[in-house]
Amino acid sequence: MKETPLSNCERRFLLRAIEEKKRLDGRQTYDYRNIRISFGTDYGCCIVELGKTRVLGQVSCELVSPKLNRATEGILFFNLELSQMAAPAFEPGRQSDLLVKLNRLMERCLRNSKCIDTESLCVVAGEKVWQIRVDLHLLNHDGNIIDAASIAAIVALCHFRRPDVSVQGDEVTLYTPEERDPVPLSIHHMPICVSFAFFQQGDPNPTYLLVDPNEREERVMDGLLVIAMNKHREICTIQSSGGIMLLKDQVLRCSKIAGVKVAEITELILKALENDQKVRKEGGKFGFAESIANQRITAFKMEKAPIDTSDVEEKAEEIIAEAEPPSEVVSTPVLWTPGTAQIGEGVENSWGDLEDSEKEDDEGGGDQAIILDGIKMDTGVEVSDIGSQDAPIILSDSEEEEMIILEPDKNPKKIRTQTTSAKQEKAPSKKPVKRRKKKRAAN
Amino acid sequence: MAGLELLSDQGYRVDGRRAGELRKIQARMGVFAQADGSAYIEQGNTKALAVVYGPHEGMGQGWTQGSQLKGARGRHMQDRERKTGGFVLEIRGSRARALPDRALVNCQYSSATFSTGERKRRPHGDRKSCEMGLQLRQTFEAAILTQLHPRSQIDIYVQVLQADGGTYAACVNAATLAVLDAGIPMRDFVCACSAGFVDGTALADLSHVEEAAGGPQLALALLPASGQIALLEMDARLHEDHLERVLEAAAQAARDVHTLLDRVVRQHVREASILLGD
Repeated sequence: MKETPLSNCERRFLLRAIEEKKRLDGRQTYDYRNIRISFGTDYGCCIVELGKTRVLGQVSCELVSPKLNRATEGILFFNLELSQMAAPAFEPGRQSDLLVKLNRLMERCLRNSKCIDTESLCVVAGEKVWQIRVDLHLLNHDGNIIDAASIAAIVALCHFRRPDVSVQGDEVTLYTPEERDPVPLSIHHMPICVSFAFFQQGDPNPTYLLVDPNEREERVMDGLLVIAMNKHREICTIQSSGGIMLLKDQVLRCSKIAGVKVAEITELILKALENDQKVRKEGGKFGFAESIANQRITAFKMEKAPIDTSDVEEKAEEIIAEAEPPSEVVSTPVLWTPGTAQIGEGVENSWGDLEDSEKEDDEGGGDQAIILDGIKMDTGVEVSDIGSQDAPIILSDSEEEEMIILEPDKNPKKIRTQTTSAKQEKAPSKKPVKRRKKKRAAN
Repeated sequence: MAGLELLSDQGYRVDGRRAGELRKIQARMGVFAQADGSAYIEQGNTKALAVVYGPHEGMGQGWTQGSQLKGARGRHMQDRERKTGGFVLEIRGSRARALPDRALVNCQYSSATFSTGERKRRPHGDRKSCEMGLQLRQTFEAAILTQLHPRSQIDIYVQVLQADGGTYAACVNAATLAVLDAGIPMRDFVCACSAGFVDGTALADLSHVEEAAGGPQLALALLPASGQIALLEMDARLHEDHLERVLEAAAQAARDVHTLLDRVVRQHVREASILLGD
């Protein structure tokens, strides 16, 4: 499916909001969305939710023969897939550019930074090593896939346990999880990616930046800078993309911000891992089914809106007080007869010039019984007028031969006022207008 | 290689250079007659060739001329091109259609099988080549004044003949010269250089030996006049405190490259004007 293009007004709105340092979901410029980490029943399986962006990470291992030029090192393999359920625009074989970019970034961030001790994955040098495979699937795309994916990858790797292996001479014994407890991987450090979205507003240099852009912000951004760091403030990867021009001090500033964010996220990860460990040890329930909270609509439960609405009323009052009062609107009803009221002048009749002398209508119909009196009067008046002009009365040759002529009952003077009101009330409807015209032709 | 001293006590590197010294750069423009613009650059032992076609009609959906492709696929495409009498649908490459307000820049990177120490057969569309192509494209989209050529396409093909470290930098430098040779307007030269960090010192222009040692490597593409960074890429661990020094070393090296490239361009123009008899 083709991606829905972003409308111009939405784009302008987002950019204007960013200029005023406001974000759609109420975050500050350097705030991350809520990160939620949940683990599956197997070791090495986790789901990371960054706001609404959801990534599933799964680690698996296999014994293979090592690469020829690296005989004593294990193999790490990363694969990030953009599942079709993540966004309507993702289709098999269609998003190759984005996929290549993300995959290469993940590889560089995790493999080149040597976060896992690959030497420890060696079982028999030159013959058998562990191949660790990390599969990441994007389940929902709401911006900032890279950060969520890197967190998922590192959490899954930390959570994973590989089967224990022992080597006696030439014999290699692989123990099943029942025989011996599986062994965790040895991880040196945890690199985490932090994304910065840059917005160029007028100036040649990008002047606004946001941390953790969501999907809308990603669509309007001009460029992205990804910095992967670990909690020891070592930069593992920097990648700028999107064709923006950066300045050196911007890069340095971003790296400082990244340091702070990474420290927070690392703490969160460690806590989540600890919790899961505790739950498993105590024999409690764990797994995805448990982590998905029961969502029941109760009378007293309401999800907290992401924007702070506590002072909305005061703000609204202020705005109303400062706003100009609306222009005078005539809204007093005018009572003509008991049961007849006129509110407003009605829409200006486009047949106005033709209708000036026309004052009646013979409109019947039950719904207009109330004004029948007035109508009758109309007819009467006209007839009398024409009579004074001595003009011959020519009946029209219109197809509507049925003309109901109603006899006047009341005083002509009173009639006049009533007819004007009747005319005005009639003005909006089209049918009476037609009749009127024909009547005129007849006269 | 453990035990190999990347930086000796006297401050000399493996190949005898100092920390901030670049390798010898030799470049030539206008090497191919067929292409709109072409250039060849040698940075030490790294040799790269760049060819530019364009701006030409945006062929939409990645149509291209089969004769431009190299290797077995290229021959296959050429056959098809003969049969269809013109253009062949190129499966790989940019899929976007021509843009209404600016030119489309399409970059492809290819590394020859004999370019590394071991002969390695590289399939045409593998991830690394794709990524390099994307990065080149990003670099040049920022530098070329694409607004001047709406609805057209500019193709940049880069081939690495020998890779001895700093391949991205050599590709960018070669492509800059090729784009200038083609007469396509750019904001400024795009000069690139790699940098590393060993023993507390920032090294400029890494060779393959220094890259393989596993230390941090930074590749930087710079527009020298304004100091704006078109692309920044870094691998392997580097402590945040050292980032500034490495960035500065790379920026200085890129500016030195700019001086050299500038000289090459002026020389080329002078030769061309002499040949024309002006």
